[in-house]
Amino acid sequence: MSILVDKNTRVITQGISGKTGLFHTQQAIEYGTNMVAGVTPGKGGTVIEGVPVFNTVEEAVRETAANASVIYVPPAGAAEAIMEAAEAGVELVICITEGIPVLDMVQVKRYLEGRNTRLIGPNCPGVITPNQCKIGIMPGYIHKPGHVGVVSRSGTLTYEAVYQLTTQGIGQTTAVGIGGDPVNGTNFVDVLRMFNEDPETEAVIMIGEIGGTAEEDAAAYVKEYMKKPVAGFIAGRSAPPGKRMGHAGAIISGGKGTAVEKVAAMEAAGIKVAPTHSEMGSTLVAMLKERGLLEKCRS
Amino acid sequence: MNIHEYQAKAVFRKYGVAVPVGAVAFSVDEAVKVAEQFGGRAVVKAQIHAGGRGKAGGVKLAKSLEEVRQYATELLGKTLVTHQTGPEGKVVQRLLVESLTDIQKEYYVGVVIDRATGCVTMMASEEGGMEIEEVAAKSPEKIFRETVDPAVGLKAFQARKLAYAIHIPSDLTKQATQFMMALYKTFVDNDCSVAEINPLVVTKGGEVLALDAKLNFDSNALYRHKDILEMRDLAEEDAREVEASKYDLSYIALHGNIGCMVNGAGLAMATMDTIKYYGGEPANFLDVGGGATEEKVTEAFKIILSDDGVKGILVNIFGGIMKCDVIANGVVAAARQVGLTRPLVVRLEGTNVDLGKQILKESGLSIVPADSLAEAAQKIVELVK
Repeated sequence: MSILVDKNTRVITQGISGKTGLFHTQQAIEYGTNMVAGVTPGKGGTVIEGVPVFNTVEEAVRETAANASVIYVPPAGAAEAIMEAAEAGVELVICITEGIPVLDMVQVKRYLEGRNTRLIGPNCPGVITPNQCKIGIMPGYIHKPGHVGVVSRSGTLTYEAVYQLTTQGIGQTTAVGIGGDPVNGTNFVDVLRMFNEDPETEAVIMIGEIGGTAEEDAAAYVKEYMKKPVAGFIAGRSAPPGKRMGHAGAIISGGKGTAVEKVAAMEAAGIKVAPTHSEMGSTLVAMLKERGLLEKCRS
Repeated sequence: MNIHEYQAKAVFRKYGVAVPVGAVAFSVDEAVKVAEQFGGRAVVKAQIHAGGRGKAGGVKLAKSLEEVRQYATELLGKTLVTHQTGPEGKVVQRLLVESLTDIQKEYYVGVVIDRATGCVTMMASEEGGMEIEEVAAKSPEKIFRETVDPAVGLKAFQARKLAYAIHIPSDLTKQATQFMMALYKTFVDNDCSVAEINPLVVTKGGEVLALDAKLNFDSNALYRHKDILEMRDLAEEDAREVEASKYDLSYIALHGNIGCMVNGAGLAMATMDTIKYYGGEPANFLDVGGGATEEKVTEAFKIILSDDGVKGILVNIFGGIMKCDVIANGVVAAARQVGLTRPLVVRLEGTNVDLGKQILKESGLSIVPADSLAEAAQKIVELVK
């Protein structure tokens, strides 16, 4: 088992004819992802990388029964691309695009209310279930199938965590990048709930950063409901207030969203927080050992 | 992106958000000329991109043209240090000269994007003039909020609720409501990230005015606001941050002596944290992006090295799709091009890491390799001592 995506996920690429969309579609196909269609207005009827291209998402869904979409559309059109996918009934939309105006995302969030669509991102690396389905820009080979769920606001820190696990022989059920923007589709709590309910997932690594209160919300959920061990990490302990640290959402404003507050909330909820990011893997391993789960997670 | 108060007030005027009469002045003579329009009874306000100007002596009340001249002379060219400027302060190059307002009472009104709800929220408080964070900490019950449904925008009843909640005189409710509606429209039409009026005042003459004005804009949306972009004042920004933005590098100047170059924002923050954890001080945040191409690495080196405070550099790259050997070649070529003389520690991890390390080793450059970030951080901290 896994969460969100598996070998039965039928994926379309929105923005398949762009440089980034094309490259990562090739990579996904190579990895074994079931890429069923591409969408670029005006390119309908053509075939790219053996994948049929359609003018609209609606047509692509009708013709290929796709149930997931990945978006590489440039920022100015990305919010519309999400809405188009939702309108076409796509159940899972993963938006990789960085730099979408936040008020566009405010509109998108409202648009998705009451619709049967889950949005992951934007400004995220995507979602991968090792050896089954890779949707996004993460390097596939560092992953290994297994029993640890990974959820993160940062791309490269997700790769670091996955790499640390894999090199210690610990595989992953699914790794989810929820993205670094202030207004996004899916948050820690949503993903933690899925991991909690997934029978294959034995433990979780959660990687947060400064800004907002998503980590505090996650801590509250873990304290109340989480049956599985959770290790964590927060980036930005040394970040000055009022400065946007790369990600649009990584900013301490009005004294809120500091690493200290987040680490305190997480530790109070029983999450073991790694002091440096090099220790994300070893922190989880220590927890697994304590609970007698290490052998199972190494199998 | 930030703009000056006088620019924010110009935007407000366009939308019907009432502001005092006044104009910008770049010289003492200009300041006096502006004040002549209202007979010398004027407020002279230093224009810098930071709050706390009043407490730092950047706002002066003049009763005559002579006083306007005196204050303008005093303020122009002065370095103002406020709690938001950092210890180095900011040099005043522009003044806003406004007609003096007879204040009856001060309030606060602000618009932000609330991350928890993913909606625009308008906040108002009776505690005008105080910093809103301070009010939030001391008496949170005095801050009132209205969450805006993006499908319909701010409705008049919401603005009215706020006006009543903060006890705007009842004969001015309609004016205050119109003011807030106009403020909301300013916010969404221009892709603001913050619109703050502190204080909003009711005057003795029965007007509702924005005495101060702060507007920040979502930099991701500036492509559709050329008029706003034209208001950017590069003198107010860090020169290296401006330079970095030209190459699509995300750079933030800090005060330490260890320059950092990292791929990915999260990893870049984590790298700074680790340097600090081992007793060092990062000189900057720098995300070269997922690609970390030779060209970008070269520009990043140049920007880091232009900071004389930098005594050593730590490069931390996780090679995923971009493989470590490619990155190592980029780092070596860039280091050669810029003629590196300060210590450089490189930590590579990921695809083809051994090949990458070999390239660094055989380059003939004095690059110190490290296997883990912990090791890299300890090495660079030691080297800059």
